[in-house]
Amino acid sequence: MPHGPASYGNPMRIVVTAKYVPDISTERGFADGRVVRTAAEGTLNELDENAIEAALQLVEAGRASGAVGADEGEVVVVTMAGPDGDMALRKAFQLGVDRGVRVTGDELAGSDYFGTAAVLAAAVRRLGQEAPVDLVVTGMAALDGLGSVVPTLLGAELGLPTLNLAKKVELADGVLTVTREVDDTTEVLSAPLPAVLSVTDGANSPRLPGFKLIMAARTKQIEVWSPADLGLAADAAGTAGARTEVLVAAPRPPRAEPEIVTDKGEGGIALADYLIRNDLVRPAEETR
Amino acid sequence: MTHSNRTVLVLLDPATEVRPSALELLTLARDLGRVEAVTLEAPTVEVLAQLGGHGVETVHQAELSRDGECVTGDERHLPAVVAAALAAAVRLTDADVVLLPTSFAAKEAAALAARDLGAGLVIDAASVREADGRVVAGKRVFAGAWDTECAVTTDVAVVTVRANSVVARPAPAAVEPVVEGYAVELAPSPVTLVSREVKADTSGRPPLDQAAVVVAGGRGTEGDFGPVVELADALGAAVGASRDAAFEGWWDTYVGQTGVTVAPRLYIGAGISGAPHHRGGMQASQVIVAVNSDPEAPIFEICDFAVVGELAEVLPQAAAEIRRRRG
Ligand SMILES: Cc1cc2nc3c(=O)[nH]c(=O)nc-3n(C[C@H](O)[C@H](O)[C@H](O)COP(=O)(O)OP(=O)(O)OC[C@H]3O[C@@H](n4cnc5c(N)ncnc54)[C@H](O)[C@@H]3O)c2cc1C
Ligand SMILES: Cc1cc2nc3c(=O)[nH]c(=O)nc-3n(C[C@H](O)[C@H](O)[C@H](O)COP(=O)(O)OP(=O)(O)OC[C@H]3O[C@@H](n4cnc5c(N)ncnc54)[C@H](O)[C@@H]3O)c2cc1C
Repeated sequence: MPHGPASYGNPMRIVVTAKYVPDISTERGFADGRVVRTAAEGTLNELDENAIEAALQLVEAGRASGAVGADEGEVVVVTMAGPDGDMALRKAFQLGVDRGVRVTGDELAGSDYFGTAAVLAAAVRRLGQEAPVDLVVTGMAALDGLGSVVPTLLGAELGLPTLNLAKKVELADGVLTVTREVDDTTEVLSAPLPAVLSVTDGANSPRLPGFKLIMAARTKQIEVWSPADLGLAADAAGTAGARTEVLVAAPRPPRAEPEIVTDKGEGGIALADYLIRNDLVRPAEETR
Repeated sequence: MTHSNRTVLVLLDPATEVRPSALELLTLARDLGRVEAVTLEAPTVEVLAQLGGHGVETVHQAELSRDGECVTGDERHLPAVVAAALAAAVRLTDADVVLLPTSFAAKEAAALAARDLGAGLVIDAASVREADGRVVAGKRVFAGAWDTECAVTTDVAVVTVRANSVVARPAPAAVEPVVEGYAVELAPSPVTLVSREVKADTSGRPPLDQAAVVVAGGRGTEGDFGPVVELADALGAAVGASRDAAFEGWWDTYVGQTGVTVAPRLYIGAGISGAPHHRGGMQASQVIVAVNSDPEAPIFEICDFAVVGELAEVLPQAAAEIRRRRG
């Protein structure tokens, strides 16, 4: 989706948060109450590709407008993950982001929503000390946890206006305007930069990795920060700071073998019969 | 903390109707303690009667102001405003638990309220109970493949509950709810609401996110949702789509991880292949039925019953047979 020109005036510096998650087409599971993430099956959360795309488009629009130089503007991706999370950052490099930061520490394992937001906020603040951050872009959800709350909490933690679940993003005169369709409501919201923005999978189509970028991504430097580097207290995140405690995680029994009927002219009748037999059809007065 | 003196607040926004999911929340809340509702506007007479039937004694109606000015209109439904009202209501009533539906807007409000209150947050619970004085929420995760339970370790618990997690039932004895106003002072908002439009649903069908039965159509409809709608109407079901079908413009709401997550009693997918992103939003359904012309379609791996066939023939025939046999 094309954006309005980024007439922000100066080159945009954007931080994208991206989560390393188990690939959704693999068997996913837990061990000791935590999600199992292995290098073989882990990946960059697909919805964070939409966040990266939105950030790249904003930076590129600024360059195209001539308001900023062709090599100005920066997209930094931050992930909170163990060493395997580098895979997610390498994927982000392939898409064309400039820098990748991984925040890692044993004490971060078991973080809840608040802990995650606190760590990501600390990383954004540290990047902000280097040079001002204009915008933080996130995905609409992580495909493992599916909470869709980290962006809201990150915005609150940073004290920045938060525009969530954007399907359309426009930037003009330093004011970000988004259109969002949530539940049964369409809203247009705006806020001045700096801000936090989450984008949906309908906001754009993420680009495919370029050959040159794929080659360069292999050796590109990843910056690794510890919670201590960010000045975080020991109980700011991780199990120590969590407000929820996982008691049980158990796989559900597989569904019974399905009953499969091949339609030879009476497939619809077989379907109706199955529904009626299993008491899945409500009496007429309850339907229209 | 004993069971009987636990106070549970249930968000009712808007307060002009009681949706099926709100009745489910009230049913769950009654098992946890004393139930009170929080609204951002005056509940209608019909709404009050329904709340009374579900055991709500007190309705706390937020009176919003910012810098001495009354805040009214659409802005009241913004998540930050709802969150401020919930947090103030918890402080006012000393409540232990806040229950909300699992909609995107409610999740945002839940997160901000929990942050403000230092409360633990559970998103998309399928069950809520108390154990050893703590609130314990059950979640079904990884596309319905795992059941988890977590305990909230803080004094206050904020929980969003997925639709169809319990069968709503009225309280043993109805009560007369009392509406009590309470003041909520809002912080200055850096976000401007430019416009807000609620889609009017005139279809007469249940809303997709709350329906007990869902019939969804995919790319296999080739754009003709007629057969899907016909079967849905025979079943009193909501109609949904796959993302591909929605992005084609064939239907406006879709089921899946980035669309609407559903867990109805019965889900029927027609002309839908069953991609992981779609499955993630429906695999927790109780009964899954698929109609697909490809005997190798992945959706067959997760269904209970399937017809291999042309949906344009199978669905109308099923609808006619249901109408006929129901009389
Ligand atoms: C199945 C499951 C259920 C859970 N349930 C709960 C619960 O009920 N309560 C609770 O407090 N915690 C819960 N957690 C823990 C929670 O996942 C972590 O706090 C997690 O880091 C963020 O939650 P999410 O995956 O739901 O992210 P979401 O809120 O869905 O993520 C949205 C966006 O935030 C950003 N983001 C999120 N996590 C990271 C990260 N680690 N690094 C970089 N960017 C990130 C990404 O841009 C992402 O697109 C759960 C985890 C799982 C796997
Ligand atoms: C980040 C991301 C998020 C996504 N989120 C979602 C989501 O939330 N929800 C979602 O649905 N998708 C989502 N998708 C898309 C998803 O991956 C699939 O592409 C999509 O679900 C496929 O839709 P479909 O099943 O309608 O189409 P197809 O996969 O093309 O399947 C069509 C099916 O129809 C059958 N068929 C064809 N003709 C007939 C006929 N005449 N009668 C009967 N059957 C017939 C075919 O055999 C086939 O199985 C997401 C994708 C991405 C990348």
